[in-house]
Amino acid sequence: MALTTVEREPGHFRSVSLGFRLLLLCVLSITLMVLDHGNQHLTSVRKALSVLLHPVQILVSAPFDISRSISASLETRGKLMADNRRLNQEALVQNARLQRMAALEAENARLRALLDSTVKVGDSILIAEIVSVDMNPYRNMIVINKGGQDGVYVGQALIDADGIVGQVTRDRFYSAEAMLVTDVDHALPIELARNRLRSIAVGTGELDRLSLPFLPSNADVREGDLLVSSGLGGTFPPGYPVGVVRQVNSITGQPFLEVSAEPAAALNRIREVLLIIPKINEDFTEAAELPTEEEVANTLVEEAS
Amino acid sequence: MARQVRVWPVAVAFVAAIALEVVPLPDFLQPVRPPLPVMVLIYWAMMWPERFGLGIAFIVGICLDILHGQLLGQNALAFCVVTYLTLRFHLQIRIFPLWQLTMTVFALMAVGAFLQLLIEGIAGLAPAGLARWSRVLSGTLVWPLLLGVMDRLRMQVEHRESTFI
Repeated sequence: MALTTVEREPGHFRSVSLGFRLLLLCVLSITLMVLDHGNQHLTSVRKALSVLLHPVQILVSAPFDISRSISASLETRGKLMADNRRLNQEALVQNARLQRMAALEAENARLRALLDSTVKVGDSILIAEIVSVDMNPYRNMIVINKGGQDGVYVGQALIDADGIVGQVTRDRFYSAEAMLVTDVDHALPIELARNRLRSIAVGTGELDRLSLPFLPSNADVREGDLLVSSGLGGTFPPGYPVGVVRQVNSITGQPFLEVSAEPAAALNRIREVLLIIPKINEDFTEAAELPTEEEVANTLVEEAS
Repeated sequence: MARQVRVWPVAVAFVAAIALEVVPLPDFLQPVRPPLPVMVLIYWAMMWPERFGLGIAFIVGICLDILHGQLLGQNALAFCVVTYLTLRFHLQIRIFPLWQLTMTVFALMAVGAFLQLLIEGIAGLAPAGLARWSRVLSGTLVWPLLLGVMDRLRMQVEHRESTFI
């Protein structure tokens, strides 16, 4: 099946027939897909290619970055003063909270030591910005501006000021891809803060809704219940807010409740995210040693600064 | 003859199409973002079949796979098949009147979208929903505009008369 053009222009480079070339490229892409399936064998190829495509990302996000920096430098004095006042007040409130936190943390550590369980060490964080680039239009994914070279790894948890945002799914060296908790492929082990009832929050594809499909119809769950991460599965550290239950539907004859929750993080408004760097818990026996209140307070202060 | 022409403006058109694919849009516009890369591919495969072939389609597809975080080769395969069909029938398609050409492009894009649906189904990935098809529709609506822009570009590059408009 030679192409007419080839016959018209003899001696042209396209000497192999078009059908054969299609077959070749199809086999090549199918091989790639099979190898890539489940993020398995092509991570380094992907990384190299995404470094090559990094300029496109910069090109795309540049106008947004520039407009932001321009609007920031054109901010009026009044607005800046108002901002400053608000932020100072916020810092005051947060610091006051932190003081109480220090005491609570110490108390928690003491109680845990009494129970012989490991002490939860505070996590440290890395701040990343979301790159103004749209990912796959059919999925809830984002690109962040920190990658493998900043110590980002696949499976790392992302939070914002209000709660859990998602997890890193692919590291691109200079940037990383992350899946939001609302993606249809995302599931997150949670517990209800009120009664520690454990379940799994599954994404729905909508940015403002999570679904809890595995709660039996007699489960004690109410509207307004706070969901926090349970830490099971190891990807997400325990105790971070995930969302608030918005709707509980009990359908007669169905074994499970239909529960939907609203994510705590403002997923469609976030600009910055925090990457959690979990501190590896010391040995079990060491952990049982009682950290003094000052120690805990000091670590907290270190993290806050 | 179209041998000695500058190719870089066309390369710029391809890069722009790829970049526009990832430009941030408000949520409600995302399902109607026209699939520009495949449309630009169809145009150049139809107009310059001796220059733009399956290789370019494959490369553009891989770029999109990386940028979208999709399965590596998913867009590439779909683009190759679409470009093959375009190349195979480029002599017929080229002389179609505008509305008929637009319908053909619609069919080609639908074939690409269907292939991707098939691939995602086989790979066991979450289905994309209706957004895929609304993008094909918006692409069809935008096609005459793209045709005009690309014709203008081709005229500049080749220094000769436009085929359309």
